[in-house]
Amino acid sequence: MTITHDIKSNRLLDVEIIDNFSDMTPPLTDKQVLVASERCLFCYDAPCIEACPTGINIPLFIRKINTGNAHGAAKEILSANILGGSCARVCPTETLCEQACVRNSCEEAPVEIGRLQRYAVDHLDKDMPYPFTRAKETGKHVAVVGAGPAGLACAHQLSRNGHQVTIYEAANKSGGLNEYGIALYKLVDNYAQKEVDFVLELGGIEIKYQQALGRDVSLSQLREKYDAVFISIGMSDVNALNIPGEDSAGVEDSVAYISDLRQEKSLANLPVGRRVIVIGAGMTAIDIAVQSKKLGAENVTIVYRRSLSDMGASEHEQELALKNGVQFICNAQPKQIIADNSGVTAMEFTKTKCDEKGKLTLTQDIFSLPCDVVFKAIGQKFSSSPFGENTANKPALDKRGRIAVNDSYQTSFPDVFAGGDCIDGKDLVVEAVDHGNKAALAIHQQLSGLISPQQKQL
Amino acid sequence: MKNRENLACEFIGIKSINPFWLASAPPTDKAYNVIRAFKAGWGGVVWKTLGEDPAPINVSSRYGVHYGQNRQVVGFNNIELITDRPLQVNLDEITQVKKDWPDRVIIVSLMVPCEEQSWKNILPRVEATGADGIELNFGCPHGMPERGMGAAVGQVPEYIEMVTRWCKQYCSLPVIVKLTPNITDVRKPAEAAWRGGADAVSLINTINSITSVNLDTMSPEPSVDGKGTHGGYCGSAVKPIALSMVSEIARNPETSTLPISGIGGVSNWRDAAEFIALGASNVQVCTAAMLYGFTIIDELCDGLSDWMEKKGYKNISDFSRMAIPNTTDWKHLNMNYKRIAYINEDACIKCGRCFAACEDTSHQAILKTGDIDNRKYTVIEDECVGCNLCEITCPEPNAIVMKDIDTGEPHLSWLNHPANPFKETL
Repeated sequence: MTITHDIKSNRLLDVEIIDNFSDMTPPLTDKQVLVASERCLFCYDAPCIEACPTGINIPLFIRKINTGNAHGAAKEILSANILGGSCARVCPTETLCEQACVRNSCEEAPVEIGRLQRYAVDHLDKDMPYPFTRAKETGKHVAVVGAGPAGLACAHQLSRNGHQVTIYEAANKSGGLNEYGIALYKLVDNYAQKEVDFVLELGGIEIKYQQALGRDVSLSQLREKYDAVFISIGMSDVNALNIPGEDSAGVEDSVAYISDLRQEKSLANLPVGRRVIVIGAGMTAIDIAVQSKKLGAENVTIVYRRSLSDMGASEHEQELALKNGVQFICNAQPKQIIADNSGVTAMEFTKTKCDEKGKLTLTQDIFSLPCDVVFKAIGQKFSSSPFGENTANKPALDKRGRIAVNDSYQTSFPDVFAGGDCIDGKDLVVEAVDHGNKAALAIHQQLSGLISPQQKQL
Repeated sequence: MKNRENLACEFIGIKSINPFWLASAPPTDKAYNVIRAFKAGWGGVVWKTLGEDPAPINVSSRYGVHYGQNRQVVGFNNIELITDRPLQVNLDEITQVKKDWPDRVIIVSLMVPCEEQSWKNILPRVEATGADGIELNFGCPHGMPERGMGAAVGQVPEYIEMVTRWCKQYCSLPVIVKLTPNITDVRKPAEAAWRGGADAVSLINTINSITSVNLDTMSPEPSVDGKGTHGGYCGSAVKPIALSMVSEIARNPETSTLPISGIGGVSNWRDAAEFIALGASNVQVCTAAMLYGFTIIDELCDGLSDWMEKKGYKNISDFSRMAIPNTTDWKHLNMNYKRIAYINEDACIKCGRCFAACEDTSHQAILKTGDIDNRKYTVIEDECVGCNLCEITCPEPNAIVMKDIDTGEPHLSWLNHPANPFKETL
């Protein structure tokens, strides 16, 4: 007889779990750095720079590494992207800079830009002065809502330009998804907090914790008190499956689980199902599937309604999952979750077919998969509830329901800007940093009187 | 193993199973190394330079390096002196090794003070070993010149002639004069050797150099207790200099029949073939062996032998000096010849290195079009002067090729060029 509801802690020994969650991509050694950096061709108009949302001058920093100037390389990176250290670790480089690398053409192996970037930032010489200085105090004060990548980048840029910044952060810690959302083995050793400390070392930035927009402070209050506001509150809602049985015990939200995992001191304490089904096709689906395996789940299956090549998760991420023993079932759409009084026991799927135009149709083929836990990883969505019901205090939203912004990341309120996952985009850390940088520039220009607030149209 | 009979050759009457000798240097300092070299298949060695007793004493920290981007050795230098072992020890070992390896060549390198008696004393003792010849070390650029030997002799053609004459007078062995490149015109010492009766010259010896400075201690490398001195530079970096000097001697009517043993950065069979094509009859190798060990001889022999077979050369002399007729003075080059670059789009990886090079430092003859996803580089044929810079900077072997353009114009040298105010009338 099969045991059902097999969810428990301590499936693996502490030592096994510590090993499983160690740095997935360890740092390059000095010798590896020499070999890797030598491969960079110092391209003209390098496609990797173009492919980097923050436009880091990659060939230049690699050349600096190769000539024994890792500190200079780090300064080059951080001046374009103050979170260059975490981006080096969490960026899907295989779809960004490394995909653009010309070395792919004939050798099918790009320069290891991500790992070189990590090496450089890790070798910023702490005995040297802090690489950034603040301009003369402007007397202007900006509020940033959310201490995630976008907010931190924006705050740092604004402070460099001489403005005072106060960040309102809903959680107990800053870092946003770097602290609460990124798979642990991609960002080890409390790196997110170290990076926040580095950002704050500049000065001129204050963080108020447990201050949630709409709960502890309102946008109108912020607009009244500050010269400008930057909103970077990410996405607080998750999509629902909208199928029968979704409310059963054992049906979990991946984002919440990963957040708990990231804050758990002793990972063996986390309850883990024996047979886990993950619904989704993006990075979060891969993350929760791999982490479940690493916590000791016996059987983890990602089920997706389309084919492997349609998955949002890159081939690199899919390979990571396969390497960790995760199984994939494609062309299967969730039909219902089957549960008894104690919780989920199985999940039913309908096989799908995809025509040439990409239109998905359901077949008559229905199958059932026994499980103890179902993780939903079908995307997050922006919630506008922090702005309240009064439309006078609510910035305009775009077609996808996120905050609408113009090219300068300015919202429908001239003094309110927004960036990161709460506006339309690819939802990447590096992109959030780019938003923060550009919004900071626009805010600075506006506060300096270089651009009038109403100049730009949504 | 493949039969490599086509490599057997003769140099100034000395038969060798192949044209690869180890140059006078640490690899040939003693019997142990030389026997290992012979076992590996080297045709001969030039035994590390012998001198008068007491033998010199070497310092600790002896080599300095010039690295490429990925720690590949572009070249290195040394501040070692001649052998630091007693003369008789070397002579006894030479005698024994030659006896045990009769089909292998042993040339003895020599350096004694520039006095007739010194040479008169040492030459008979060397001849008694049964060695095949002697090589006069007139090239060592460090240490020994401060004592009036090595390059201090090689830089004065009169001394070269005088010492060479003594050697021919007091010994019956073939005499090879090793030349220093640390001189303005290498043809002069070669002519002096020829006048002195030398059977051959060998070149180049190492080049005066400081490979690097330690920026913490401000000492040149190699650093001996915080101080450094110039050393002799060797390795593939010096090959172009050596090739030019070899060709100058081969082209000089005064020395055009003087046999040459080519030395200087020979790292593979191709380098060897190039030296031979430009005037050498055989080559001496040192740095490549010091970096990779003696087993590289297999690559050298195999590569050269196969290439000769493919080209139809039955032996080394078949292609020796074949590039000399094509080595000329600038004034004889055809000014009506035109070549331009052609970018093979299929092989182009769009790195833009050619564009940066041409746009910033050459003739603005490359056009960059398309956005980042559709980048295309094309040569503006009318602007291209055929300088080769784009081809040189291109990291892909077949992406840029230089193509001959038929101008329909006859050969026209500067000597006859209308723009030459001193042109010769045809």
